[in-house]
Amino acid sequence: MAYFIQQLINGLTLGAIYGLIAIGYTMVYGIIGMINFAHGEIYMIGAFVALIAVLAFTSAGIASIPLLLIVVIVAAMVVAGLYGWAIERLIYRPLRGAPRLAPLISAIGLSIFLQQYVQLTQGGRVKTLPPLMPGGFTLMRGDDGFAVGISNFQIVVFVLTVVLMAGLTLIINRTELGRAQRAAASDPVMAALCGIDVDRTISVTFVIGAALAAVAGVMVVLYYGVIDFFIGFLAGLKAFTAAVLGGVGSLPGALLGGLVLGLVESFWSAYADAAYKDVAAYAILVLVLIFRPSGLLGRPEIEKV
Amino acid sequence: MLELEGVSAAYGAVRALDRVDLKVEAGEIVTLVGANGAGKTTLLMTICGRPRAISGSVRLRGQDITRLPTHRIAALGVAHAPEGRRIFARMSVRENLQLGARLAPAANLKTNLDSVLALFPRLGERIDQRGGTLSGGEQQMLAIGRALMAEPELLLLDEPSLGLAPLIVRQIFAAIARINRERGTAILLVEQNAHHALRLAHRGYVLATGRVVMEGPAAELAANADIQTAYLGKLSA
Ligand SMILES: Nc1ncnc2c1ncn2[C@@H]1O[C@H](COP(=O)(O)OP(=O)(O)O)[C@@H](O)[C@H]1O
Ligand SMILES: [Mg+2]
Repeated sequence: MAYFIQQLINGLTLGAIYGLIAIGYTMVYGIIGMINFAHGEIYMIGAFVALIAVLAFTSAGIASIPLLLIVVIVAAMVVAGLYGWAIERLIYRPLRGAPRLAPLISAIGLSIFLQQYVQLTQGGRVKTLPPLMPGGFTLMRGDDGFAVGISNFQIVVFVLTVVLMAGLTLIINRTELGRAQRAAASDPVMAALCGIDVDRTISVTFVIGAALAAVAGVMVVLYYGVIDFFIGFLAGLKAFTAAVLGGVGSLPGALLGGLVLGLVESFWSAYADAAYKDVAAYAILVLVLIFRPSGLLGRPEIEKV
Repeated sequence: MLELEGVSAAYGAVRALDRVDLKVEAGEIVTLVGANGAGKTTLLMTICGRPRAISGSVRLRGQDITRLPTHRIAALGVAHAPEGRRIFARMSVRENLQLGARLAPAANLKTNLDSVLALFPRLGERIDQRGGTLSGGEQQMLAIGRALMAEPELLLLDEPSLGLAPLIVRQIFAAIARINRERGTAILLVEQNAHHALRLAHRGYVLATGRVVMEGPAAELAANADIQTAYLGKLSA
């Protein structure tokens, strides 16, 4: 039982990270109807910015961990946000109205470019970072003496994910910007007739998605402490899976999909063969899509008349 | 107020408007009638830059708006209740009206909302309902109400009577007359229902296959029997 709860905590941590990346896929899909295949690279860049910021911070001799967290997260969000903005301007906007394959291929090309660019400028070797926030709490002890722990950093991941999700939900549902995003997603022409600058709204959506992916990147650097220029590929694929699993276009779906995926991986690694955890994750995806083609929380596509 | 000069528009190779000249003066109701496929919707949309005119010019209060992006044209005081109403179906009536209100000063939101709800009390009863759950008539009221929330100087209405029961049509037309009378808003009203429209309007244009084939004071056009037979067919009956 204790072991089970420990896996639950670990799975939710991983799931929260997937969920934050998945939100970017789902928001961009919601507004332009396309998957941004360079999104995984944004997450990778966020992780690198975090790494660099942490190193700069510690070499400057500042020891306050909360201050470091805030600075690192803000730096990663700003830089990744700029990349997200640039991707929209360079790839998606000029190719709007082109056959759907064109932006897709271009995004894949850009993602290869970004990987190589980071490899050249930062080196190809795996980067490691010693844990910055050691320590945690022992929640309970099983009969066999197994201690269930939650690390301080896992608490940070949970709190941050909840705060970001709540903030985003508030923006989407309650603000003028969120209304504009929903309007542009459902009928861009009518949105423009209402005076909404649809292009700008799409830009902002890319920036928000990128900033959240960057937070996921920060978490991975600080939690696992191991990154390289290639992490965006697998994480992007996983988060994309999470978005589809939850129902692409649905914000709560993205988080739910991420959590389900994180839990499946964590439990599969714990109770079955860890080498097959990805197989398990994708098998779940296939099963869900067979029985619920629009994902767990997605709504079926309504044909526009 | 609004002046179109030699405006042509096309969808790919299909020419939909052919050198259209048209004017709407401040405070005026102008109607544009014509059979299905004549190009009426295209004309209204071209004023808003979708599609963009391939030749000719559109001027608003003397300013050339032919090449402006759609949202900038809206910001200059042109509000559109388009063909098919295009209500944001998953948003509430209130949110639809708030979207319309983006271009008006935030301080006027409450007064504008009250005045739209006074014009269409049905919307007040449905204020928190999703737009998609409204009846056709209510959706049309919402489309017009959303346009009014922007405090427009020019209101473009595309077949507001389409598919509605006669009683509702009368309500909608009464509301249009009231908007023009009380606010002095200039209105360009597209209709297939020429009888009704010509009774309401000051002036009218008849469009056939993308061209203006007749124009003049509404009363004169209404009296002209040719229009009925040649351009409006049985639709005016
Ligand atoms: N989106 C479009 N793509 C191609 N052709 C169109 C489109 N919209 C309208 N048309 C064509 O343009 C012409 C004018 O259409 P429209 O402006 O909708 O006329 P009306 O509103 O008077 O019924 C018609 O021949 C119609 O088939
Ligand atoms: Mg039409």
